Amino acid sequence: MIPDELYYTESHEWVRVEGERATVGISDFAQRELQDIVYVELPEVGKRVKKGDVLCSIDSVKSSAEVYAPLSGEIVEVNEALNDQPELINKDPYGEGWLVVIKIEDPGEISSLLPASKYKEIVEE
Amino acid sequence: MKVIFEYSREGKKGFHIEEEKGRDLLPEDLIRDEVEVLPEVSEREVVSHYLRLSVLNYSVDWGFYPLGSCTMKYNPKVNELVASLFTEAHPLLPEEMVQGYLRIFKDLEEALKEITGLHTFTLAPAAGAHGEFTGIITVKNYLEARGERREVVLIPDSAHGTNPATATLSGFRAVEIPSDEKGMIDLEKFKAALNDKVAALMLTNPNTLGIFEENIKEISRLLHGVGAFLYMDGANMNALLGQVKVADLGVDVIHLNLHKTFSTPHGGGGPGSGPVGVVEKLAPYLPGPRLVEKEGKLRWTGGLGRIRSFYGNFLVMVKALAYIKELGGKGLEEVSRIAVLNSRYLRKKLEGKFKVSYPTETLHEFVLSDETFRDKITTLDLAKRLLDYGFHPPTIYFPLIVHGALMIEPTETESRETLDAFAGAMEKILEEAEREPEVVKTAPHKTPVGRLDEVGAARRPILTWMQYLQEQDQS
Repeated sequence: MIPDELYYTESHEWVRVEGERATVGISDFAQRELQDIVYVELPEVGKRVKKGDVLCSIDSVKSSAEVYAPLSGEIVEVNEALNDQPELINKDPYGEGWLVVIKIEDPGEISSLLPASKYKEIVEE
Repeated sequence: MKVIFEYSREGKKGFHIEEEKGRDLLPEDLIRDEVEVLPEVSEREVVSHYLRLSVLNYSVDWGFYPLGSCTMKYNPKVNELVASLFTEAHPLLPEEMVQGYLRIFKDLEEALKEITGLHTFTLAPAAGAHGEFTGIITVKNYLEARGERREVVLIPDSAHGTNPATATLSGFRAVEIPSDEKGMIDLEKFKAALNDKVAALMLTNPNTLGIFEENIKEISRLLHGVGAFLYMDGANMNALLGQVKVADLGVDVIHLNLHKTFSTPHGGGGPGSGPVGVVEKLAPYLPGPRLVEKEGKLRWTGGLGRIRSFYGNFLVMVKALAYIKELGGKGLEEVSRIAVLNSRYLRKKLEGKFKVSYPTETLHEFVLSDETFRDKITTLDLAKRLLDYGFHPPTIYFPLIVHGALMIEPTETESRETLDAFAGAMEKILEEAEREPEVVKTAPHKTPVGRLDEVGAARRPILTWMQYLQEQDQS
């Protein structure tokens, strides 16, 4: 399941760009690899991240994984619902399982993200 | 199986007090007559309960325990006997009265120096990760004393998870170095990441794939060239014991795990010990207390701060020293030789049916991927099914760079018959996965409890009886 309207990264994050807001989550492939997610350590609102920085970490029954910032900018929202229901990421990775919203600092970086077709090739490998 | 609280009945007693004494010595507000959360049980019930629990346990004394990178070797019982002779001294006794005890510290320090070739050891750290922290903080102390600002610690992607945690906790930024197709540090990527902001590289050697980093001398030369240090995670020292002095490879700091390599009991929350050895220029920056010898007498001196009360877990050190003295240099050399032989033998036996992660020759452990069975069962299923065959499973899903990893370390203390039986069970499970996968997917069947709700345990842990009662009330 790789929605066409989203952008992706090689490290399995997805990005939904709406104006200057970028909503970020992890892909369906990533949540399946991690298996049952039990804890998400969310960043604080207001924190500035650079593309490639560690955005947050996700613990599953299998391992602990880091999520990287796909774009630079300020974190303007985090998905507080994950504190009580980390399983939302497993259930609905592209919807209710979103992680953070970043206020995009440099729209030029968007072109470095992968389109759905390209990400599909990576996952299928 | 009941928990101890379920034996409780009001008024039952496990002790008898003839006459209450001392009540008048205590302030009234600190005295309580009722304790709400303790079970009321007889001594007989307590003994039976814990004895029954103990026989449900699986331990290294019970059977094969191939938990990769943990070196779960058999713990020789003679070491326990030796340790039992040294339980009478209090750590605050004057030095003159405990020279014999201090000599044990000193002899162990000397033995570890001889084994590694390093200049100075501290025995204070109480575990492997504690040793890592101590080692990296020592590097930091050194850099700070010289006014050097270095903020990066390089860590290969095959490292133990504690390594990046140590670097971060010590105030450095951990930067990951990828492995190459042989399962070793990618030398070009390492060179690209190396600059004068790097404080150290934390290298596990052999790494968590069981592969010896053959470029280690080149790596240490490059590190030293920019003024950085080579930290070696000695968790896998069982592969190198007596074969090479790590100082000759350019290692500046190492932590050893007495509870792995040197056969002291491991796990179950028991005390560990993670001594740290350093080269001469780092020695003044080790934490205190330091043991010095003057005119044949051992004395404590300062050192930089403390990382543990007193000087670490003494009885663990007695056992480790006993182990070293029993085996001697030749014996220790044989330990690593047989550990590697056992591991290579088991790898060869499994190689036909399972996929080994990297083709490179391995030393004391090896890592299988789930490639040959992932369409039928998961690595977790296989591990659970091994329990039914009477084996503790290997480390699973680690290292992260191998898909569905099974990390197997047999150690030198296992017989060929045990290795054959384990390989047989592994192959049998593959056949079951083919013929009757449900049996594997719902394993274990023969253990005191079946497949546990790991997700529930992680998301909603219930850790005390009181918490359990509260949960019951609410639902």
